[in-house]
Amino acid sequence: MDQQPIISFKNVNKIYSNGTVGLKDINFDIPRGEFLVVVGLSGAGKSTLLRTINRMHEISSGEITIEDEPISSYKGQSLRLLRRKIGMIFQDFNLIKRSTVQRNVLSGRVSYYPTWKSVLSLFSTADKDRAIRALERVNLTEKLYTRADELSGGQQQRVAIARTLMQDPKVILADEPVASLDPLTTQTVMDILKRLNQEDGITVIVNLHSVALARQYADRIVGLRAGAVVYDKEIADVTEADLTKIYQTA
Amino acid sequence: MTTPEIPQRSWSQRWHVKAVGWTVLLVALLVGSSRMTGVDVGMFFSNFDQFTNLLVRMSQPAWSYVPIIIQPLYETIQMAILGTTIGTVFAVPFAVLAASNLVHNQWLRGFIRLILDLVRTLPDLLLAAIFVAIFGIGSTAGVITLAIFSFGMISKLFYEVIETIDMGPLEAMESVGASKVTIIWYAVLPQIMNQFVSYFLYTLEINVRASTVLGYLGAGGIGVFLQRSLSEFDYGKTAVIILATLVVVMVIDGVSNHLRRVLL
Repeated sequence: MDQQPIISFKNVNKIYSNGTVGLKDINFDIPRGEFLVVVGLSGAGKSTLLRTINRMHEISSGEITIEDEPISSYKGQSLRLLRRKIGMIFQDFNLIKRSTVQRNVLSGRVSYYPTWKSVLSLFSTADKDRAIRALERVNLTEKLYTRADELSGGQQQRVAIARTLMQDPKVILADEPVASLDPLTTQTVMDILKRLNQEDGITVIVNLHSVALARQYADRIVGLRAGAVVYDKEIADVTEADLTKIYQTA
Repeated sequence: MTTPEIPQRSWSQRWHVKAVGWTVLLVALLVGSSRMTGVDVGMFFSNFDQFTNLLVRMSQPAWSYVPIIIQPLYETIQMAILGTTIGTVFAVPFAVLAASNLVHNQWLRGFIRLILDLVRTLPDLLLAAIFVAIFGIGSTAGVITLAIFSFGMISKLFYEVIETIDMGPLEAMESVGASKVTIIWYAVLPQIMNQFVSYFLYTLEINVRASTVLGYLGAGGIGVFLQRSLSEFDYGKTAVIILATLVVVMVIDGVSNHLRRVLL
């Protein structure tokens, strides 16, 4: 593992315009290639934290650096290039339901094309092959021409992962990726994320509320409560008692 | 067995204050506006025989008139298609800019909506009169009138559809690093396409009917013949024109139903 962190939070605060504190004095580093799980109750700020990394949410003060570059000044093209190297998957999959799996997967590649080429769907043969290989990674090649809304939840999440792979991401952010899935498909999806982490060296940051899952997959667990980091330990040092504490209110 | 404790409904919930209040208000408005405008419902019934008289005279359609109106009917359909299409092409970007879930700048959105309100305020008869004055009698004036009328109507229908879409795919496309136009193309368009088509065809249908009225002002199409038959009191011909228009409207309706099923 590289010693230099890929992502680093420095005194990050977020206060919403109505005065609610979203994030409070966040300070930590994420080393390249880590599988980090963020746990906490609903409303603890897990989603907000994740979305500050690709600037889907803005922070109020402090700085986040990615590969040693502060990201708060990015705008337009440079922001899009930042987002290109950070894949994101969501609780509700967020696929384009009326489109085919192929189009959904290819849509992960649009940031490599000028807008007019994306609009006309002028994807290169190499990228169409890349889409098939991405689907291979999630075991769904046979669904290439199926409409996304005909797939089960677990399959949709795998398509979403394939879409993310098209970005060639260095980081994958997963916001409650298994919250809408049954236990069996949960394992499949988490296994795929773990494999991408180990085989491709992609840094993976996952929000979960299941402690059991966190312990099973994480290299390190960060606990959030009321927008502040209240826990941060390598998996070897994590005990059951610690985790119950994070989930205690008050 | 103890009965579970059921929460008490509030007084206003128990007596349905809201529903009753709205009903009373609506009835009051209805009665009030008919008083103020002097609408005499009684007259409708006392003069009903004139209406039936007209219907009787229209009940013998002059079928020999059919071949004569085919050509102008064809022209009407062409005018409606052209006008609706031109209006739609301009309406799409305006609808996107007016949708509150896509454009967060209130001022821009407000400005666009003001323009749209203004366009919808202009009565189509006024537009037709102006364009007949500018372009002379003929279908050009009709097409432009229909285009502006369709623009106003479609842009409103479209932005209301856009505001109901699922924002999830937009978030995903944004996180991928897509540009605004790409996001709209990939994440918005597929969600609204079938409703767009259905509203387009609905507007086309309205335009076929509207163009019969515009013909009165010399804006071309079947309306010219409708006006002629009415001024000649030749109600058999009027009946044929109305029936022919009905056929066109029914065909558009059929196409619309079919496309909506296919595109769903």
